[in-house]
Amino acid sequence: MPREDVKKLLRTKFMPHIWCPGCGHGIIMHAILRALADLKIPQDQICISSGIGCSSRMPGYIDACTLHTAHGRSLAFATGVKMANPGLTIVNVMGDGDGTAIGGNHFIHACRRNIGITAVVMNNNIYGMTGGQASPTTPEGAFASTAPYGAVDPTFDICKLAEGAGATFVARATVAQPAMCEQILKKAILHQKKGFAVVEIVSFCHTQFGRKNKRSRPMDNFNFLKDNSVMKAKADTMTAEELKGKIIIGEFVNIEDAREYTERYDEVIARAQKA
Amino acid sequence: MAQVEFWQGNKAIAMGAVAAGCRFFGGYPITPSTEIMEVMSEELPRLGGKFVQMEDEIGGIAATIGASIAGLKSMTGSSGPGISLKQELLGYAYIAEIPIVVADVQRGGPSTGLPTKVSQADVMQAKWGTHGDHGTIAYAPSSIQECYEITVKAFNMAERFRQPVLVMADEIIGHMREKIVIPEPGTYEIVDRKKPTVCPEEFIPYKADDDDIPPMAAFGDGYRWHVTGLTSNDWGFPTNEADEIDKKANRIIRKVDRFRDDIVEFKEESMDDAEVVVVSYGSVSRSALRAIRELRLEGVKVGHFRPITLWPFPDKEIAELSKRVKHIIVPELNAGQMVNEVERAVAGRCEVHRKNLINGELYKPDHIMSFIKEVA
Repeated sequence: MPREDVKKLLRTKFMPHIWCPGCGHGIIMHAILRALADLKIPQDQICISSGIGCSSRMPGYIDACTLHTAHGRSLAFATGVKMANPGLTIVNVMGDGDGTAIGGNHFIHACRRNIGITAVVMNNNIYGMTGGQASPTTPEGAFASTAPYGAVDPTFDICKLAEGAGATFVARATVAQPAMCEQILKKAILHQKKGFAVVEIVSFCHTQFGRKNKRSRPMDNFNFLKDNSVMKAKADTMTAEELKGKIIIGEFVNIEDAREYTERYDEVIARAQKA
Repeated sequence: MAQVEFWQGNKAIAMGAVAAGCRFFGGYPITPSTEIMEVMSEELPRLGGKFVQMEDEIGGIAATIGASIAGLKSMTGSSGPGISLKQELLGYAYIAEIPIVVADVQRGGPSTGLPTKVSQADVMQAKWGTHGDHGTIAYAPSSIQECYEITVKAFNMAERFRQPVLVMADEIIGHMREKIVIPEPGTYEIVDRKKPTVCPEEFIPYKADDDDIPPMAAFGDGYRWHVTGLTSNDWGFPTNEADEIDKKANRIIRKVDRFRDDIVEFKEESMDDAEVVVVSYGSVSRSALRAIRELRLEGVKVGHFRPITLWPFPDKEIAELSKRVKHIIVPELNAGQMVNEVERAVAGRCEVHRKNLINGELYKPDHIMSFIKEVA
């Protein structure tokens, strides 16, 4: 059972949730709620935004200011929310397809702007809600309902994408490391004062991805994630060949002296008012 | 002393927005509306407002909706292709009931079409562009003065009805410069959205008042609520229940329909004894008025009817006038969009003449004089 301070953050009247039994996404939601509760952020000052897909149903279950937007557009909505009220703590959750396919442009530009939003990419390597179509993170060769002969597209490395686009905090964990998820999320939420934080949490979809790829039980996926996760420090000592198929977890970017967008915009206001 | 300026239409739209209390603009550059965002980038920070140039048209309207949810009066602007891109999120703002103002400075299409040429191609796009049904409020200014005044009104309507309101200028109105008398602050009523009157614990975010419009809290002001583009119940939570769907789907149409008479605006000239009427809007109405005034000097019984709200369309008023005139001429810079509404209202009571120009040029007064002479 969740802690009392976590339970307080749940909108139980909107439950049961839509996630399949055994889904990885609940672990992410719980980690986000523990992080928010530990950081003692006033409930009224929390905004949870999302796009469309399984992951994006999360805000409905959280008792905060919650914004379920359109497919791919959550970060653009959240940008407006943050600019209008920089005091809000915004956790923007999205899926791999939502965030890096249809929402890819908003994703890279939110990174570039370095706006104070914590973006959580819940990467389950598939479009789950629509029935298991290949996403930009479906591994090459994996099967999907739109890749019946194996996916042919190369995948995105979401963390490298975020780093390249200018995000000032970038980290990855998997749902097989719930405590690490929580720790990273806490840092990423605190980083909002410095700018845009990206946390990729590798989740899984046993229903849509697993059953086509010999991981149909939730535990098959946990074990897969556990067995294939490599801490960044160790990964730094490994060869590309050794790292093939591995998921590198840990913190990749943390620029402590980064300057957040709404703060920089306040300087625009000051300049405009002086002119 | 009244302040008199010589402004471009796009600047008047931006300054009208600021006067209405707009404090956020999210947009993307596009001809012929870009000057609106340029002016906003200069004016908003002076007032402590926020401007953001987004990565694309969709981002522009998304940020605008987000800022409105967080409590600021918010605006975006664009033109044909950009409005096409914004359509999904216009639908979002209709269903989630988020007040925003969208300026659409119309240019020729389809697609990239005629970026620098005038058109009235978006009349139907404004009404039917997004999927699903909703009430629509769209204005067509025909002077620089009106660009300013209508934008103030558009914000008032957006705030009152909790939905997008469109300001449908066209390339000529947007780019033309003429005299404008800046109204003293306080000249116009400024409407702000209804706030909840109950405490946060008792707040049901989409429970409408008797006017079919629910009060709106802002994110961060103590009320926790859920916003979604899914069809939702009074709690703002997605529903698949037919009765709840029915209630929501009909309410967002009815809330505009029932106040139609408060919203509809039009302007008539020389209508008392008119036998021929020109119905036109936006830049075309300027040529039409010139034509009518000249022909009146020759004794031709011709009048002008100008819809200021394209949506809701002044159909009752057109129906009335169709009982007393012989001919209605509808010149438009499209292949015939508003004329369909005119014909629907007229219902065969008089003759309706379609006049359409889609070569990127404006109807000149001579053209309209010749249309009138054909039937007068």
